[in-house]
Amino acid sequence: MRVGVITFPGTLDDRDAARAVNVAGAQSVALWHNDADLKNVDAVILPGGFSYGDYLRCGAISRFAPVMNLVIDAANKGMPVLGICNGFQVLCESHLLPGALTRNSDLHFLCRDQEIEIINNETAWTSAYKSGEKIVIPLKNGEGSFQCDDETLAQLEGEGRVVARYVGQNPNGSRNLIAGITNERGNVVGLMPHPEHAIDELTGPTAQGLGFFTSILNAMVK
Amino acid sequence: MAKIVVDVMLKPEILDPQGNAVANALPRLGFNFAKSVRQGKRFEIEMDGEPTTAQLEEVEKAAETLLSNPVIENFVVRVEK
Amino acid sequence: MSLDTVAIAQITPDNLQPFAELGLKPDEYARIKEILGRRPTSSELAMYSVMWSEHCSYKSSKVHLKQFGDKAPKSDALLVGIGENAGVVDVGQGYAVTFKIESHNHPSFVEPYQGAATGVGGIVRDILTMGARPIAIMDPLRFGPADAADTRRVLPGIVAGVGGYGNCLGLPNIGGEVVFDETYIGNPLVNALCVGVMKHSDIKLAKAAGAGNLVVLYGAKTGGDGIGGVSVLASETFGAGGSTKRPSVQVGDPFVEKVLIECSLEIFAEDLVVGIQDLGGAGLSCATSELASGGSGGMRVQLDKVPLRDPSLSPEEILMSESQERMCAIVEPQKIDRFLEICKKWDVTVTVIGEVTDGDHFEITWNGEVIVNVPPRTVAHEGPVYNRPLAQPEYIDRVNSAEVIVPLPKTPLEIKEAVLKLAAAPNLADKSWVTSQYDKYVQGNTIQSQPDDSGMIRLDETTNLGVAISTDANANWSYLNPYQGAKLALAEAARNIATAGARPLAVTNCLNFGSPEDPGVMWQFAESVRGLADGCLEMGLPVTGGNVSFYNQTGAVAILPTPVIGVLGVIQDVRKRTPMSYKEAGLELFLLGETKADLAGSEWAFLHGVRVGQSPDADLAKEMRLIEFLLEGNGFFAAAHDLSQGGLSAVLTEMVLRNGVGASVVLNNPAIDLLSETPGRVVVAIKPEDVSLLEKLSQKYSIEISQLGTTGGDSLIINETSISLSELREVHTSTFPRLFG
Repeated sequence: MRVGVITFPGTLDDRDAARAVNVAGAQSVALWHNDADLKNVDAVILPGGFSYGDYLRCGAISRFAPVMNLVIDAANKGMPVLGICNGFQVLCESHLLPGALTRNSDLHFLCRDQEIEIINNETAWTSAYKSGEKIVIPLKNGEGSFQCDDETLAQLEGEGRVVARYVGQNPNGSRNLIAGITNERGNVVGLMPHPEHAIDELTGPTAQGLGFFTSILNAMVK
Repeated sequence: MAKIVVDVMLKPEILDPQGNAVANALPRLGFNFAKSVRQGKRFEIEMDGEPTTAQLEEVEKAAETLLSNPVIENFVVRVEK
Repeated sequence: MSLDTVAIAQITPDNLQPFAELGLKPDEYARIKEILGRRPTSSELAMYSVMWSEHCSYKSSKVHLKQFGDKAPKSDALLVGIGENAGVVDVGQGYAVTFKIESHNHPSFVEPYQGAATGVGGIVRDILTMGARPIAIMDPLRFGPADAADTRRVLPGIVAGVGGYGNCLGLPNIGGEVVFDETYIGNPLVNALCVGVMKHSDIKLAKAAGAGNLVVLYGAKTGGDGIGGVSVLASETFGAGGSTKRPSVQVGDPFVEKVLIECSLEIFAEDLVVGIQDLGGAGLSCATSELASGGSGGMRVQLDKVPLRDPSLSPEEILMSESQERMCAIVEPQKIDRFLEICKKWDVTVTVIGEVTDGDHFEITWNGEVIVNVPPRTVAHEGPVYNRPLAQPEYIDRVNSAEVIVPLPKTPLEIKEAVLKLAAAPNLADKSWVTSQYDKYVQGNTIQSQPDDSGMIRLDETTNLGVAISTDANANWSYLNPYQGAKLALAEAARNIATAGARPLAVTNCLNFGSPEDPGVMWQFAESVRGLADGCLEMGLPVTGGNVSFYNQTGAVAILPTPVIGVLGVIQDVRKRTPMSYKEAGLELFLLGETKADLAGSEWAFLHGVRVGQSPDADLAKEMRLIEFLLEGNGFFAAAHDLSQGGLSAVLTEMVLRNGVGASVVLNNPAIDLLSETPGRVVVAIKPEDVSLLEKLSQKYSIEISQLGTTGGDSLIINETSISLSELREVHTSTFPRLFG
């Protein structure tokens, strides 16, 4: 099982995402923003970072990278895609996911260990969790406040497309404490916190993020 | 009701990484018109009635102390009808 | 518009030149003429003026810094010593680590965000230049009083700048300091440390060897950043209004730097460079002259080939520009195609601007005309050296002979108030408001970060080899006794490494002082350097490099002497480190080391506006025994935490709050036991059955141990005083949000 990890200029967490994929038992495949093919991967991760410096808007320039056209096509055909942090922002800019990520409500970059609740465990990336399961993984971003119009919000909630919610005080002003969402088909997931930084207790707050990466393995084996 | 617009731009001699990134992205999308791009901020301030000269002076002062960083930015205040 | 060339300089020997405006003394100008046998061209004058400045030439500090070499302990660990961009240390398993601290104090006062951001950018390029992948940063910061209006302007901007740049580069920020004192108002200290890792074979040096090799400039285009001082030349040469306004502030572009790092590492991996240098202070002048000076021969540079952001720049300004995110490489002709290809992949601007030559001429041309022709060493390495007058300032005897008079808590209520007062003090309060703005997780190798005693990074995922780093300074002690102060900071930094179980290996420093033209400041500096050199010799730790920042003063008031000492250590298996606090109840708490009535220079004295008395004397032999004790005890310590500012009171606060497990201790002399800052002390938590092991180590290393109490509960109990963890936490964590929003 091959999971592609895309590197844009300015991507930072690509090696961490690849490490998490490998620890989960899959094979990570490095993809470059200029690549003209997806190297036969079964799934794709858009990792965190500051692609193109997050200038203009986060993800706005990466969304036009050649590899993104391939990712958008593949996603529309059902390939599992996970966007973490900056990757989530790219997915929104690409319109694979609705809404947008805006500046944290207190205007500071925020790095902390964050408790989140898995709401939807039926996506390709969350099947290893129980619905309602609470996990602690790092949250680290300056623009992580999920915003959308009322209609979209009602749709996301009504269709069970909220994947994860922050627990406790709202860390960044996201509507309905939304930490992650999925598309109608459930193959594309955007997540603001960083499961790839919580795959062991030595380097992360917990090992509770690994489930996102074992989920995809299970989804493929099925 | 009047609308006062304050445009804040980096001074011409100051490096603008954001503008550069946009300038570099444009040709990648097939837009070849831009020689350079500078990115700035625009503030829209609403107030009741026509602003007096004294009020405009106050806006200038606010623009200088709060809305812009005079070390690296210039600003322009104008009234929009 | 006229170009000042070597040919013109030869036939116009008497042209007046603005050397004084450029900061050169008459005798320095005379020496330049003597070296060249003619007057310098305006470009040459610009180069000499900036390369012979205090910042680049270390002309006031050199005579003292020599001691780091003269007194260097024998060390097999040092692969590259002082003089290169950063020292390189062997940490075993074929890995080499390089680390260095630099200051960016004044720019951060002028424009806090950009000043701090470009400070981080500069030190990261220094580390990259050695051939290493940067793996972490730390940021020792100092500000005026926490409640001063200017601190509220400067601190948030500096913190956001450190974070904004470092986060965007993908470098975990693993520690630092935030200290407040009134002498730093108008003179905030922004010191930034970077550490990088490489294999031994990948070490790169700043030398331009091999005639015919190409000089390649890559990275950002050159603009008019940071050339304020040199614009006097431009106006001389071109007449008033000839050139556009030059910015006084450098703006960093962390995205360009991130791409530059990845591009450079790919270039290094394919062994495509002979030598490399980053462009920092004094820009292209410094990089090219140092490369030429460090190599075998000369160099010829076609300055008109340098890609410009601002086409109106004069040759003098291009030479001086401090535009960020640029590197200069020496590349063999047969490797240049591959070099250009990698730059293209990363969208990095790259230009061949010259070549290495035989002989010892450093020649720069502008559209074919020779505008610089100098012996490279005279610019880069043979600048002036001053033995500035120094004298012990009058305050020393006065403060040393004065008695430390501060109130001491006696009743249970007074003890509670003292503990809470220290827990809330800006210098000791929880720093999450600052550190939560820094990414500590990126790269996935962070084992420890703030508020731990040291930052720790895993180097190898298979063997779990790691390094730990701590930076420390105690300016209060350095004020009372700069010689002891430097030694004590060294000891503290080393101890902070050892509490986690890492063995101290090497030292770097950032020496922040007032004006070297003040004999009293110069004495503080000389004493600090002597103390650090003696301390390093005694502890067997080599100094791998450092940075001097002078002129940190407002009017006649200098900052406290602030030598920031960084110590790097190695730990064989990061999984076996000792954490700074415990998670279980029922453990025994012991104090290692002896407590004396050391209140001079303490945080308690500072809180009462008292800065008199005598600093403790550093007992480095004992510190070294304590380090061995800690390393051997690493196997059974449940926790170990260093005592420094705030003494036992601060340590207990930090330990009980870290994992929310309380403690109950009994103290014979609570006021002194809680508030004294006697150096060489550590609190450890151990299982009751391990007490005999601790006693054995105590005897083996002749370090006193005393039982403090036990862990558990939801309070910190000191004799009859009980403080609930929730109250302690509220006080400890609310200071920064209250001050800075």
